[in-house]
Amino acid sequence: MTITMPQLGETVTEGTVAQWLKKPGDAIEKYEAFVEVSTDKVNAEVPSPVSGVLREIICKEGETVATGAPIAIIDEVGVEAPAPAVPAASAIASTPVTTSAPVAPVATNGSNGSSNGTYAGNGATNGSTNGDLRRFSPAVRRLARAHHIDVATLRGTGTNGRVTASDVIAAANEGPSATMAATILRDPIPAPSAAPTAKSTTPPPAGTSTYAEPVPGTLVPLSQARKIIAKRMVESLESAPHAWTMVEVDVTKLWRWRAQEKDRFLAEKGYSLTLLPFFIHAVVQSLKKQPLLNARFSDEGIHVARDYNIGIAIGLDTNLIVPVIRDADTLSIGGIAVAAGKLIEKARAGKLGADDLNGGTFTVNNTGANGSILSKPIINGGQAGIVTMEAVVKRPVVIDDAIAIRSMMNVCLSLDHRVIDGTIANAFLGDLKRRLEAMKPGGDSV
Amino acid sequence: MAVASPSTVMNNVEAVRHTLYEALKNDERTLVLGEDVGARGNVFLITKGFIEEFGAERVIDTPLAEASIVGVAIGMAMEGLRPIAEIQFADFIYPAFNQIVGEAAKTRYRSNGDYTCPLVIRTPYGGGVRGALSHSVSIEALFYHVPGLKIVAPSFPSDIKGLLNAAIDDPDPVLFLEHKKTYRLVKGEVPTGHYTIPIGLADVKHPGDSLTVVSYGLYVHQAIEAAQRLATEGLSVEVIDLRSIRPMDRTTILASVRKTHKLLIVHEDNKFGGIGAEISAMVAEEALFELDAPIRRLCGPDVPAMGYALPLEEEFMISTDEMAETMREMVRY
Repeated sequence: MTITMPQLGETVTEGTVAQWLKKPGDAIEKYEAFVEVSTDKVNAEVPSPVSGVLREIICKEGETVATGAPIAIIDEVGVEAPAPAVPAASAIASTPVTTSAPVAPVATNGSNGSSNGTYAGNGATNGSTNGDLRRFSPAVRRLARAHHIDVATLRGTGTNGRVTASDVIAAANEGPSATMAATILRDPIPAPSAAPTAKSTTPPPAGTSTYAEPVPGTLVPLSQARKIIAKRMVESLESAPHAWTMVEVDVTKLWRWRAQEKDRFLAEKGYSLTLLPFFIHAVVQSLKKQPLLNARFSDEGIHVARDYNIGIAIGLDTNLIVPVIRDADTLSIGGIAVAAGKLIEKARAGKLGADDLNGGTFTVNNTGANGSILSKPIINGGQAGIVTMEAVVKRPVVIDDAIAIRSMMNVCLSLDHRVIDGTIANAFLGDLKRRLEAMKPGGDSV
Repeated sequence: MAVASPSTVMNNVEAVRHTLYEALKNDERTLVLGEDVGARGNVFLITKGFIEEFGAERVIDTPLAEASIVGVAIGMAMEGLRPIAEIQFADFIYPAFNQIVGEAAKTRYRSNGDYTCPLVIRTPYGGGVRGALSHSVSIEALFYHVPGLKIVAPSFPSDIKGLLNAAIDDPDPVLFLEHKKTYRLVKGEVPTGHYTIPIGLADVKHPGDSLTVVSYGLYVHQAIEAAQRLATEGLSVEVIDLRSIRPMDRTTILASVRKTHKLLIVHEDNKFGGIGAEISAMVAEEALFELDAPIRRLCGPDVPAMGYALPLEEEFMISTDEMAETMREMVRY
């Protein structure tokens, strides 16, 4: 085992061998002092990390070398023997700084004499450097929170690898929620088919209460996905003052159009043609008229997105996930239907990748799929708005002073009031309503 | 400020002289008083020839009695004149402390607004000129604690003119600090014609992205030079010239810190309880969550005075190299 010059203090970079207390060939007990080292700050006897025999002195008395440089080689007792013979030695070798000595040599692994060992005198630089890396400046914390970035995953470019504010901003520019998406993905999403076991008559024992099978009177532990959802919801509500508005849309003709197309579409494309792609197509056109809704608030200003990346909220059994239809402005209604269909498939299979989840600029939530006629959605963090399509219901409405039965759908919008005011919000909804009501059979192909 | 109008290149002494001359010429309420401002024409020749042109009633040679200089000027100001008092060196201002702090600064408040004190007190300050104990001191921190007193310390010729005009116009007392080492060292364009620069407005003298440096006086020039050096290394530093010490331009400082996330304050005056302490407290209060590094201050040491011996003076003064190195450390932090 190669013994290196210990670091005897935080700012100490070199040490001098003052005196060898052992000669080559002498036996050394573990923790026994075998060399005296002096620095400009302290003199210290260095205890041996292992029991063995001093084979070779590399650094002579009076010689000064950098900390970490080899000074001697000790042949460990029983090091050639199989593992059980030296449990204590290997434990020491892998455990930083024990309490047994003020200067505890640690972590050399070398039967081969390779000198990658280090000494952590007084628990000095290595430990404290790692500690510093976990301390983040107020700016880093704030930026990370604002951009939903897990700082622990970032590589710091500052002094000693510190994560700087610029690192966070760079990560944010790479993808608004890359790390968060990755975290969500790491959380196993239970297959939908797991649900039927809930019919079991015997309640699960205490401690096994889960989100899928919550047991009354127990604590359901938070999954990683649930924690992230909770965090992001609170953040969104805390940072963005939500305002809410709604219009009702007559989708009678659109509903008929869709009915005419859906069988052919399913047959040709393999994906069902729901109202969602029609809706998204109209939303994108309306966003183009009101680009401030396709935007993100920051203290520096409002970042107006160039792309139209529409997130679609997909509720799974135990969590909610919002994959993104990229460049939705380049897709036809049919193209959106296929893109959405693929994302929904992947979400249910738990196969969404970071690319599927990043970069959303606006979100559509098909709350009507669950029968809701009115909802107040929370904005997906870092966007300016979220719009819902509620259930289509037949209602009596007044048209030209006559009562007619029409297929009606409510469309609800939550908006970040820092970004836009009601005027723009209602201009957007009004435009969206006109577009949806103008969609009818016999017009363009989907 | 007349940007498009013609300008003349002047050094800082000439800028002060030019502005005082214009004031005496254009406003008969103005007058200058102080030690050696008359026959001698000021020790830096700022008022040379003034007494011949404007007469001994408007260019007054006073006894060596600073309390009287300021006290008399306060009386003049309260009765409608616009005195511009000079303390020959800032090191001599202490006898006038009571007049400035106890009287001038409180005039408006004490009289419930019936009286104001439109007084300017000019004084050269600062070291680096082998001025030793009695010709090197920085006094701003002694006075900036006092509400009712404005303090400006411009160090570019055009800023000197604009702020000296603003100080003369100001209805309340203004302490006008001139760094004596910049007097003939610093030259620059000065627009002709009358203009003012609002008191309380800092100026970004060198824009940058990665570090905010706030300074004033001689060190602004060194900080700019250091920032220019760092720019050649690809490191971007913003240098703010405070220009006015009180009121302090919080807006400009905070906007810069919000951009760069790092703050360095450089001043010649002692660190303890200095202007930098106030700036860093203000930023900590207003923008803690913008900070990506500990705030740092490069300041004069806490010693009673600047020594005469060159090594002692050099030890006191901060070199451009030292500024550049600290900036590097902070940008890379």
